[in-house]
Amino acid sequence: MKINDVILRTVVKGVILIILTLGVFLFFSGHNAPGGGFIGGLVLGSAVVLLYITYDIETIQKKMPFDFKLVAGFGVLLATGTSIGSLFFDAPFLTQTDGYFTIPLLGEKHLTTVSIFEAGVALTVIGTLVTIIISISEDE
Amino acid sequence: MTIEFAIILAPFLLAALIPIFYRRLSKKMIGWIVFFVPLILFILLTTYIPRISNGEVISNTFEWIPSLGINFSTYIDGLSLIFGLLITGVGTLVVFYSNFYLSKKESLHHFYCYLLLFMGAMLGVVFSDNLMVFYAFWELTSVSSFLLIAFWHHRKASRAGARKSMTITISGGIALLVGFLMLYSMTDTMSIREIIANVGEVSHHPLFIPTLILILIGAFTKSAQFPFHIWLPDAMEAPTPVSAYLHSATMVKAGLYVVARFTPVFGGEMLWFWLVTGIGLITLFWGSFNAVRQTDLKAILAFSTVSQLGLIMSLLGIGSIALNFGYSTESIIFTNASFAALFHLINHSTFKGALFMMVGIVDHEVGTRDIRRLGGLMSIMPITFTIALIGCFSMAGLPPFNGFLSKEMFFTAVVNVTELNIFSLSSLGLLIPIVAWIASIFTFIYCLVIVLRTFTGKIKPDISERVLHEAPFGMLLSPLILVVIVILIFFFPNVIGNYMLKPAMASIYPTFPSAEEMTPHIYAWHGFNLELMMTIGVVILGIVLYKLMKFWTKVYNWIPKKFTLNAIYESVITKSETISGSLTNRYMTGNLTNYFVYIYAIFVSVVAGYFIFSDAFIWNPLNGSKVDHYELLLVFIMIFASIALIFVKSRISIVLLNGVLGYSVAFFFVTFRAPDLALTQLVVESVTTALFLICFKFLPEIKPEKPSTIRKLSKGVISLLVGLTVTIVGLAVVNYDKFEAISSYFEDSYTLAGGKNIVNTILGDFRAFDTMLEVVVLFIAGLGVYSLIKLKARKEDTDIENK
Repeated sequence: MKINDVILRTVVKGVILIILTLGVFLFFSGHNAPGGGFIGGLVLGSAVVLLYITYDIETIQKKMPFDFKLVAGFGVLLATGTSIGSLFFDAPFLTQTDGYFTIPLLGEKHLTTVSIFEAGVALTVIGTLVTIIISISEDE
Repeated sequence: MTIEFAIILAPFLLAALIPIFYRRLSKKMIGWIVFFVPLILFILLTTYIPRISNGEVISNTFEWIPSLGINFSTYIDGLSLIFGLLITGVGTLVVFYSNFYLSKKESLHHFYCYLLLFMGAMLGVVFSDNLMVFYAFWELTSVSSFLLIAFWHHRKASRAGARKSMTITISGGIALLVGFLMLYSMTDTMSIREIIANVGEVSHHPLFIPTLILILIGAFTKSAQFPFHIWLPDAMEAPTPVSAYLHSATMVKAGLYVVARFTPVFGGEMLWFWLVTGIGLITLFWGSFNAVRQTDLKAILAFSTVSQLGLIMSLLGIGSIALNFGYSTESIIFTNASFAALFHLINHSTFKGALFMMVGIVDHEVGTRDIRRLGGLMSIMPITFTIALIGCFSMAGLPPFNGFLSKEMFFTAVVNVTELNIFSLSSLGLLIPIVAWIASIFTFIYCLVIVLRTFTGKIKPDISERVLHEAPFGMLLSPLILVVIVILIFFFPNVIGNYMLKPAMASIYPTFPSAEEMTPHIYAWHGFNLELMMTIGVVILGIVLYKLMKFWTKVYNWIPKKFTLNAIYESVITKSETISGSLTNRYMTGNLTNYFVYIYAIFVSVVAGYFIFSDAFIWNPLNGSKVDHYELLLVFIMIFASIALIFVKSRISIVLLNGVLGYSVAFFFVTFRAPDLALTQLVVESVTTALFLICFKFLPEIKPEKPSTIRKLSKGVISLLVGLTVTIVGLAVVNYDKFEAISSYFEDSYTLAGGKNIVNTILGDFRAFDTMLEVVVLFIAGLGVYSLIKLKARKEDTDIENK
């Protein structure tokens, strides 16, 4: 089915960049300001969904060859993996730690292991969201 | 992490690696890699023998959920070491054997994965000290053995056997769990060691007897005691190496382990003695009696396992009397029964393992296990015949094999018990040696059946067309090693007695001062006494009855088919299936509205009920904050939207009105300065609306419903109640004072978690466990949606039902 949706496609090309940037920004601003893994993941996922709505599934899958089921699975592994990781440092399950580090070009930055955990959350959210939407809309 | 944890976890680790790497390895390789796990563990465990036999006990604790008293603690003493050595030792031989037995066409990676799971679970059972960890491993043995029995799942009988064993052992496992919880409530500790140390406090508790019964049910179902034994013969549908491992050497012995382990707690109690000894003897007799009528070699062995387990069980029961006396010269006689039990346990694993492998070889080479079709294999398969001969004569209790030694000790124990004056033994006690003796005659008969019907006489015509030959050496090696051990134990029994059984005696009788005295010297020749006479009687009567078999086998038809235990089991299963089916169909109507009614009705009754009965509803209007006019406006919008929802007929308007509600909630979050929640709500709302739009064209038209007035009314009442409940809860939580608010804890988010955003520190640091599980739930839900839709699509394509 071909729909004449020039305006939508043109707008989406610009908007998608903004949404993706916002998603990444929200993810990193997490710990100290509104944002975090769940919201960041949702925003990134909704960007992908928007792409699917605007263009057809085949086109997007050609340009973005991820298996989103695997993305979700990897996210779950990452989230549970970081929690087990603390056991190797003789700390209780799920202990997180943080600190300030000076990184070249960026200056002093606050880094925390929660980010890895949150990345797992974000990946799971993206993967699950996109998987559900693709599988529902593919069912014809 | 110490080495003891590694022993338990190693099989699990490899089991987890197999699915990842099996594609890279050739099929043969997997078996050989797996082979090294039990081998290394066995060697590792043997290094413990010197330390343990010196009376040392090795324990380690890894804190897991200390607030609930659940810790992953290991405990190696004499008793658990015996089982550990059997599990790894027989495991090594079984894996070696199955490398030759199973063909490369089988899905070997599944097989070895399940086998490793099972091995790890068994090691976990015997080495765990914590009741809950113990229980988890205990159920894991049931689950993994289910997988192993159903390994040839294309066969109906395999599936039925697997289900039967699972149903029975897991029901028993639940009884065991309840027993453990009662034990915990009595002693306030989850540690078996500590429970045993505080025995005195427990025995007068009102829960003592129920606990005892529940734990015994768990042990009896696992060890296939009468009347739960019916699962074991059906479990023989598993591949032969599995039968040799699970159903002779390891899993069925877990029940014996529990009985032996908890003897210090419950031993000395009359009920314990009568249940353990009585059920053991009934099982001993019933198993051996029924083994004689079987025509399948494996079924004979299955029933013989049942009966031998009964024998060990009854010995453990007799041994528990000693705790009634306290330590004295008299009680030493009864501790010898426990000694004999453990000795026979080891012996049984050796000869029964060998016999199962022997049957596997016959099946593999000849193609049948039916004794009516077998015969005359002696000259073609001399080594297999030797294995069968040694194994069977050991099982029948003849010298010079190890079964003779423990059998004689068994007779000693049952004779001694009649001389007692307690537990009403003076009147009923005489039954014990009589039943034991009769059962031994049947044991002798079925041993003769196995050896003579399979290996002597003429080869039947339909078999002789095949090219028969002796099995390859690799297949023979494992049973040969086992029968060599059978003979070695006969000639050097005291090595096992002193190094393995003595420390185990100390764990069964921890209150008795010295294990030295409880460790009798085992004699192969003990004079012309009553026990030897009994054995000679068994041999003579056994041969006579074997010769006369065709005259008395009609006995077996006395019980009508309808009343056999198997028939009862079948009818219970079918009945419960139909009942639960009709019950489920009554409420699972497939109508979404009905499900919402259940959910809301339960929600209202539980939540509102709790608030009403606990007097939790305190609403103090003065305590509330000022309501702004924005908020009032939002409230009116939401009220308007939700009332409109009820009357709207087209779907698109419903979706949009729902959206209005969702966005209004988001606005509420904004006015309450909760940007995180507002963001989440906004994105979720947008995505759901998008989802709705995507699947819009797949949804059917809304059919005009004409529900009855009562239905309408009841739905109205439920919705009002739900709304009311939510409102009440919302108003009441502000003033809730039943427990302290935890919000002050989260206010320190920056110092505790290094983040300024409280919401995110709660999600990522303070309550990260919730978040982690939510992520998992989300993932599972996604997989569920995916697979449901894909499954539906595939079904439409091929129309293959999963029958």
